[in-house]
Amino acid sequence: MTDLSDRLGPADLALALVLVAVAVTISRWRRAGLEGDMVVATVRSFVQLTAVGFVLEYVFGPGRAWLTPLVLSVMIGVAVATSGSRGSDVPGARGIAAGALVLATGATLGVLLALGIVPAEPRAVIPLGSMVLSNAMNTTSLVLSRLATDLGGHRRELEARLSLGLDARAAAAPWHRQALRSGMLPIVDNTKVVGLVALPGAMTGMLLAGASPVAAIRLQLVVMYMLLGGNAFAALAAGEGALRRLFTAHHQLVDAGEGAGR
Amino acid sequence: MSTPDEAPRAGPAAGEGFRLEGVTVTGGQGPVLEGFSAHLPGRGLTAVVGPSGSGKTTLLRLLNRLADPDAGRITYDGRPLAEHDVLDLRRRVQHVGQVPVAFPGTVADNLRLARPGAPVADLLARVDLDPELAGREAQRLSVGETQRMCLARALALAPECLLLDEPTSALDGDSRSRVEKLVRRLADDGTGVIMVTHDASQAQDLADRTVAVPGRR
Repeated sequence: MTDLSDRLGPADLALALVLVAVAVTISRWRRAGLEGDMVVATVRSFVQLTAVGFVLEYVFGPGRAWLTPLVLSVMIGVAVATSGSRGSDVPGARGIAAGALVLATGATLGVLLALGIVPAEPRAVIPLGSMVLSNAMNTTSLVLSRLATDLGGHRRELEARLSLGLDARAAAAPWHRQALRSGMLPIVDNTKVVGLVALPGAMTGMLLAGASPVAAIRLQLVVMYMLLGGNAFAALAAGEGALRRLFTAHHQLVDAGEGAGR
Repeated sequence: MSTPDEAPRAGPAAGEGFRLEGVTVTGGQGPVLEGFSAHLPGRGLTAVVGPSGSGKTTLLRLLNRLADPDAGRITYDGRPLAEHDVLDLRRRVQHVGQVPVAFPGTVADNLRLARPGAPVADLLARVDLDPELAGREAQRLSVGETQRMCLARALALAPECLLLDEPTSALDGDSRSRVEKLVRRLADDGTGVIMVTHDASQAQDLADRTVAVPGRR
């Protein structure tokens, strides 16, 4: 089987930029105004991935496995900053995102390692951890922003429930449930249609690298199940954290005085 | 869920109601209430009147602790609000907002959310609603029916006191008169009613006493 990873040289990479040029041309032609963003994205992706490539090359070297937690920590830091800003309507969003992402990544990788499903090597742990992390980051952002928006937008209904003597958790239950669903649905849907709509990343990577389809499928299934678990952890932790910060200890919606009638 | 099966009981000083001393609430555009003091008894019907934007709604939200004041002191039955268990206080002092809220589900579901064993037919009859409405989708009721269902839902907890925010402002003549009679009857039957209204004549006709909230200075 052909291993495409060894065949691709710098010239191939440069040729692939033809497709970027096509995208820029379409954007300019249809006045989408995205030409600048496309160029920035192209340059950033090149610089970031090249840098990461060199870092991973170094970390994957013999005797450097101890750097794995450091690499994952940097990735988690960037993901926390991203999720924290997306969910900034929730007080303390960064702290909540940090808890959710550390839990999702740690627990999911922990299970995979403890059960011996993947080897405790940087080459396995870092890519899988990054997959869990990027999915958990999206889930965390969705849960935080959805919960803050829904509770603020349904203040009247929420306060009617609180007025019946329901505690904050019970009063917020319909919107909490909805936020968890919105955070987890994308990965559930992806898992349902995997292979039918698109061949997912890990499997594609293995196929391009020359692995047999059956081996690629096994890895992809592990990845999908891992992502389901990781997203569930992230949604749970983000939802719990947000509920605690969106209500006071006296079961009042934070900023409850604003937006209501006077 | 912490919804009680048993109706709450009145405290030893029930009827004393609320006392507010120097209560200040600051909003985004300045003080909503400033140094406000008043006695709102827990018996009979007290109308809270004042110009639009004077803080009447805010005042009502303070009484069941949907919000807390920035300064000042509020007591209920002689004890500071902060010393009452907030969930218990909200069950004993039921707040019904200006816009009646029907939750998804039937009318019976709405009443049972307040109290799982609520006697639905009795409660509906108490607010002059046909008990056959129990199985109706609550969100399909008319505004007037929804307002009365909200009162029935509040009454499911057998509250000592009802906080009503403009209970007739969204209603037409007939519905308005029914709700007014109902509120008066509840007060006569021993439930304390504190009712916010912008309508001075309604306050005069209906209430035992009137408390004025001054507008912004």
